[in-house]
Amino acid sequence: MSVDIDTVKRVARLSRIAVDDADAERMTGELNAILGFVEQLNEVNVEGVEPMTSVIPMAMKKRQDGVTDGNKADDIVANAPVSEDNFFVVPKVVE
Amino acid sequence: MTELTKLTIAEAREKLAAKAFTATELTEAYLSAIDTANEKLNAYVAVTHDKARAMAKASDERIAKGEAGALEGIPLGIKDLFATEDVHTQASSHILDGFKPKYESTVTANLWADGAVMLGKLNMDEFAMGSSNETSYYGPVINPWRAEGSNADLVPGGSSGGSAAAVSALLCAGATATDTGGSIRQPAAFTGTVGIKPTYGRCSRWGTVAFASSLDQAGPIARDVRDAAILLKSMASVDEKDTTSVDLPVPDYEAAIGQSIKGMKIGIPREYRLDGMPEEIEALWKQGIDWMRDAGAEIVDISLPHTKYALPAYYIVAPAEASSNLARYDGVRYGLRVPGKDIADMYEQTRAAGFGREVKRRIMIGTYVLSAGYYDAYYLKAQKVRTLIKRDFEQVFDQGVDAILTPATPSAAFGIADQEMASDPVKMYLNDIFTVTVNMAGLPGIAVPAGLDAKGLPLGLQLIGKPFEEETLFRTAHVIEQAAGRFAPNKWW
Repeated sequence: MSVDIDTVKRVARLSRIAVDDADAERMTGELNAILGFVEQLNEVNVEGVEPMTSVIPMAMKKRQDGVTDGNKADDIVANAPVSEDNFFVVPKVVE
Repeated sequence: MTELTKLTIAEAREKLAAKAFTATELTEAYLSAIDTANEKLNAYVAVTHDKARAMAKASDERIAKGEAGALEGIPLGIKDLFATEDVHTQASSHILDGFKPKYESTVTANLWADGAVMLGKLNMDEFAMGSSNETSYYGPVINPWRAEGSNADLVPGGSSGGSAAAVSALLCAGATATDTGGSIRQPAAFTGTVGIKPTYGRCSRWGTVAFASSLDQAGPIARDVRDAAILLKSMASVDEKDTTSVDLPVPDYEAAIGQSIKGMKIGIPREYRLDGMPEEIEALWKQGIDWMRDAGAEIVDISLPHTKYALPAYYIVAPAEASSNLARYDGVRYGLRVPGKDIADMYEQTRAAGFGREVKRRIMIGTYVLSAGYYDAYYLKAQKVRTLIKRDFEQVFDQGVDAILTPATPSAAFGIADQEMASDPVKMYLNDIFTVTVNMAGLPGIAVPAGLDAKGLPLGLQLIGKPFEEETLFRTAHVIEQAAGRFAPNKWW
C-alpha cells in the first residue's frame, strides 16, 4: 500500500500537525519508503496467531479506587504556557 | 583532580568509603571535566552545578555519619527523558520548551535514595526516536571516539547518545538511559561502553517520558559490566505507580559477576548472519563464540525464524504507540505554545513548530496505521508477528539455551550527517536490526565491548537472556569483558 499527497494531508490533520504543500510532498516520499519496508510482513502467515497484548504474562495490577494524591493545583498548572486562577487557558472553543 | 574521573563506580565507592577523597571532590572533578568538554561533545543539555554540589555535600555528611547508601556520592548523568523535579526535562524536544516537572521519576528517585549525585541532563534523540542522536533539538552529540588518523566527527549512536558519550568521555561515573528498539545497546556498542536493557517490567516507567509504552525500558550505560550491575540494582524496583512493573524482588546483580559459565548453553542464531555484514563483525562474533567456549560454555546453533520481521513490525507498533503518547503535547498544559486562529489551529501550529522531522514522521505513520480501515492490516498484523517473534525465543529457551550471543550492531559508528542515512529513513532504522527483537519480546539484552575494527573504532557483542535473568547476562558479559579487555578513546576534546 502507498499513500498520495491528499492522504498525507488528511493524516497530518488527524495528527494535528500543520503541513504546507512542500512538507506534504516530502512526507509522501518518506512515508511510502517506510510503508514499503513494512510490506514484507505480508509474507508471514499469522493464521490462528493471537496478537500480543503483553510481553510478560501477568495480570494487570489493580488498586483500590481511592484518592491517594491531590491538593496540588499550583503544581499542575506550574508549567502551563497560559493559566489563570489554576485553570488552563485556551482560545475560545464555543461561541 | 582529573584522575578521580578515571575511577569506575566500584573503585570510587571503595575510596569514598575509605575517605581517600570526599564526594564533593569527586563531583567537582566531574563538573570541571564537563565544563571543559561539553562545548565539543554536546553530551549534556543541562548541567546542574548547584544541585550536584548540594547533593555531594549531603553525601559527605551521610558518609561521615556512617549512613552511606549503595551509590553514595557517585556522580551520574541522567538522560533527558527522565523527569527530574524542578530540573530541565524536555526529551531533547522543542515542544517541551522550559518544562520543569514538579515530580521525580521512580528510576531517578531510586538513585537519589541510594545516595547518587546528579550532574545534569544528557542529550538524546528527540523523544528517543533515532539511532544517531542527530534528531535532538539541541544538536548532535559527538562521539569521543574517532577513526585512527581522522578528525571527522562520528555519531555516538542513539537514542541514548549523550549517555554513552558522557560515560565514554569520563563526564559522569555512569548514566541512565532507555531502550525502545536498541537505544541503550547500540550507543553502548558505538562508544566502547556497557549497556543493559533489562526485562520489560524490571524498571518502573513512571516519570519517564513515554515513547512506545509496550517497548520502553530504562537501564544503565556504564564503563564496565560490574558498574552496570551496580547501577541496575539501584534503578530497578517494584513500583505501584507503574501497572507493568513486575512484582519480583531485585536481585544483587553484582554477585553474579565472576561466577563461572561452565556448562551454560549459549545459542548462536543463524538468522543474525546478514548478507553484506562487514567481515569484522563476523570475525568479532566468532571471537566471542570462542571466548564463551574457552570459558566452558556449550555452543549450540539455533534458529529464530521470524527475526527479519522484527524491524518492520517494530515500525508499525512503535509509531502507533508514539502517535498516541505524543497526543498530549498540545500547547495547553506544558511546553511550547504557538498561537493560532482557533484552538485546532493552535494545536497544529504548536506541533508543527515543536516536533522535529523524525518525530513528525513517526506520529504520521502511527496515525496512518491506526486509522479506520488500516488497523487490521497493519497494527493487528504486527502484534501477531510480535507473538511469533516471542515464540521463537521461548522455543529456544525451552530447548535449554541459557543465553543467546549476537553482534550488537551491523557496523561501527558512522559519520555525522551521513548522506545515505539522511536521504532514506529506513537505512537509519536498520541500525537496530540486532537489538529490536529483544524489545519486541520483552527480554533482557546487554551490549558489551568486544574489540576494535580496522579503523580503531569499538565494536560490541550482545547477549540476550530469559525474562528476569539479567544475572546470566552479567555473568556471560563479564567473561567477554575479561577476555576482550576494556576500551577507551584517545582524548582530543
